[in-house]
Amino acid sequence: MTTRVGVVTFPGTNCEQDVAWAVKVLGGEPQILWHADPTVGSADVVVLAGGFAHGDYLRTGAIARFSPVMDAVAEFARAGGPVVGICNGFQILCEAGLLSGALQKNAGLKFRCQTVDLRVETTSTVLTRRAETGQILRIPINHFEGNFVCDEGTLKGLRENDQIVLRYVENPNGSLDDIAGICNEGRNVVGLMPHPERATEAILGSADGAVLLRSLL
Amino acid sequence: MSSYEARIEVGHRPGILDPQGGVIERALPALGYGNVSHVRVGKSIRLTVEAPDEAAARSEVEEMCRKLLANPVIEDFSIELFPGDTPETPGQEQV
Repeated sequence: MTTRVGVVTFPGTNCEQDVAWAVKVLGGEPQILWHADPTVGSADVVVLAGGFAHGDYLRTGAIARFSPVMDAVAEFARAGGPVVGICNGFQILCEAGLLSGALQKNAGLKFRCQTVDLRVETTSTVLTRRAETGQILRIPINHFEGNFVCDEGTLKGLRENDQIVLRYVENPNGSLDDIAGICNEGRNVVGLMPHPERATEAILGSADGAVLLRSLL
Repeated sequence: MSSYEARIEVGHRPGILDPQGGVIERALPALGYGNVSHVRVGKSIRLTVEAPDEAAARSEVEEMCRKLLANPVIEDFSIELFPGDTPETPGQEQV
């Protein structure tokens, strides 16, 4: 059966069509979910796409976490449903407490828009199950606030529980421990700053993101 | 019910890197201020709240800070309360 991928869209989200396109190209069935509807519908997988939800006012993701759809996303995640937050979606999942830590302004206050090398650190997550540990993926980043921070105890927990999913080979933003993506303890909620949906076909410059999105299908 | 103006300061928790503070701290010596250190950049939020008394107002504003205005993972906050609403704060009068 075709996997239905719900793509959560807030006012200010701007990557939902890219995610929907990539899902379709890879054989899934995308469904756009509007933030004001308190449901994830019939989705088998939920993706929070990138952008600037609610203008990112106050802090990235701070307002978005109170959108009606987020209670449904949290419920879906609690029941073990796969949830992935890309870029702004990662920021929202952290604000919502579905992932630990926070993403703040890049070190050096540089907006980073470039293709980077990422190392897959674990394949035991919904997003990396089709990848290989140690595999290097070339995927674009495009953010001002991707600098992952958390307290020492949280970092220790992330390391010990194998919750660091992706690391930058060369740290572009000051992110703690070179972290580009993490998962929750249940391994069904993953957040990452890079945009795999922008690297799913050779014509885009890299198809390395396909292995991640295909892991969801 | 009484009105209270709350002046809320949100800043980075100790030990959390403050990229804006760092950039300003490196910029000031270029203007001749070599004697500056510990630059921290935060947010100032002002609002007027209606509450039966100051303790109730404070408790409600603290709750707002914990739920929305600050992210406890990386930020601290402090609250000052002033009786009476002051709709035009000095910051808003300036052009």
